[in-house]
Amino acid sequence: MTTTTPVEEDGVKRRDFLYVAAGGVGAVGTAMAIWPFIDQMNPSADVLALSTTEVDLSAIDEGSEVTAVWQGKPVFIRHRTAEEIKAAEDVDVATLPDPQADEDRVQNPEWLIMLGICTHLGCVPLKEAGDFNGWFCPCHGSHYDTSGRIRKGPAPLNLAVPPYTFIDDGNVVKIG
Amino acid sequence: MSFEPKNPVVKWVDHRLPIFGMLHHALYDYPTPKNLSYWWTFGSLAGFMLVVQIVTGIVLSMHYTAHVDLAFNSVEHIMRDVNYGWLLRYMHANGASMFFIVVYLHIFRGLYYGSYKAPRELLWWLGLVIFLLMMATAFMGYVLPWGQMSFWGATVITNLFGAIPVVGDTIVTWLWGGFSVDNPTLNRFFSLHYLLPFVIAGVVILHIWALHHHGSNNPTGIEIKDKQDSIPFHPYYTIKDLFGMGIFLIFFSAFLFYAPNYLGHPDNYIPANPLVTPAHIVPEWYFLPFYAILRAVPDKLGGVLLMFGAIAVLFALPWLDKSRVRSARFRPIYKQLFWIFVIDCVILTYVGGKPAEEPYILIGRLATVYYFLHILVLLPLVGLFEKHKPLPASISEAVLDKKPAAEGASNA
Repeated sequence: MTTTTPVEEDGVKRRDFLYVAAGGVGAVGTAMAIWPFIDQMNPSADVLALSTTEVDLSAIDEGSEVTAVWQGKPVFIRHRTAEEIKAAEDVDVATLPDPQADEDRVQNPEWLIMLGICTHLGCVPLKEAGDFNGWFCPCHGSHYDTSGRIRKGPAPLNLAVPPYTFIDDGNVVKIG
Repeated sequence: MSFEPKNPVVKWVDHRLPIFGMLHHALYDYPTPKNLSYWWTFGSLAGFMLVVQIVTGIVLSMHYTAHVDLAFNSVEHIMRDVNYGWLLRYMHANGASMFFIVVYLHIFRGLYYGSYKAPRELLWWLGLVIFLLMMATAFMGYVLPWGQMSFWGATVITNLFGAIPVVGDTIVTWLWGGFSVDNPTLNRFFSLHYLLPFVIAGVVILHIWALHHHGSNNPTGIEIKDKQDSIPFHPYYTIKDLFGMGIFLIFFSAFLFYAPNYLGHPDNYIPANPLVTPAHIVPEWYFLPFYAILRAVPDKLGGVLLMFGAIAVLFALPWLDKSRVRSARFRPIYKQLFWIFVIDCVILTYVGGKPAEEPYILIGRLATVYYFLHILVLLPLVGLFEKHKPLPASISEAVLDKKPAAEGASNA
């Protein structure tokens, strides 16, 4: 059978255009139809609504620590002693695996606030333990100092510091 | 047209596991009668709806909680909190209705063109098995949101089994896992509602296998005799089915986006209360004809038997229909009876949705009697006594004859 479709000079037929146009519309439509099935697995509105946590600091004595929950994750809130602050500040930053000064990790040196999740594979480190009197992860032996910085062991990074602000004259911390 | 792959990977695999060749045969060069109308699109649409229901269902189950205290709220959580949850749930709920619409049209197509006759009896049976599995799945799915209609629907339908003599009560207690519809019932319904669609998918494979063994029936009801009668499935019917799917998706979308609760019941947005039954309780629309038959009989066991019998007699259809001619196109009397039967089914659907009072009781009884009269009496008799119109020699001849017929020439 011969075609009566006019052939343009560059060899592109009207039918070629129709194929590409139909295929394009089909591909875009399919992608749009698939998106809701992917996006439904992202955090839902009620999960996103839990994105901040407020903790009263007045009940935490110097030298003690509470673990708050923010977005389902443990957050260590430690009221550091003068010794712990001094130990953290006296370290030569250049010698650290993940160099970071203590002052860059705190807003107020008395309060060390960080995620209690080992940067190796996600376990919760134990407080006041390890070779540096900070935290020690029992899973694979990572040692953190009194600033929550990695000093020894397989973890690659310091314990993460979440975004937070002190509110209510510094008596309450709002995490997130 | 045998399958000869050029791609070396496909070649390597196909030599060891001929899956590409099988798919090629089933979806590409499968010889299909060249005269299939759009009534033959509903089979692939039903397959498409099964996929839609399975995919949306798997996704919904990621957010749903099957517990009497949590189920209702988890469905509201899907509607309000989950990203596109409203869309996915409405797709699934309306998708069930769309699945039944497509399958009912598919079944009536089979009735009109005699697609159930030899050698396609098992194909017909497998289709009816799919239909029964669909009904079970849809019923249990409707229970999951744990609204008032869910609860009382579950109570009424499970109580049907209480009509069985002697062991009825034992069976109902077994179905419930207790002495009323409660958490054990909800849990097992969720489990089975998740399982059955995959069983359906398995039977669909057998259904297609049986179909492809003798090939599709067609509007003339005459088998393919030589090459001129058939065309390859691809591209002719892939494109035709895709176009039909486009039209169908517009119809589906109209419900989905503009009337998502039209086919449901407002009472199901009230949390289940085991102490209060809604004033007017009806099943989903696709169960209404059978519900009408159930209510037509003023006897518990009799109603249940007749309702299940309404589907059971369909299994005997290939032997009840005595006509040697398949298609109603050449059966002037059966053609009229077919349309009366369709109207009868519509009346049963209408009556099933009405309260159990006059005149609906009488209409329901008459329609029920006619339903069985058609299948058990009229169908065998008309097959024996009807004088059919002359059959064309082949599909090809029927197609080529169309033109002069349209111009007013005799169709003799």
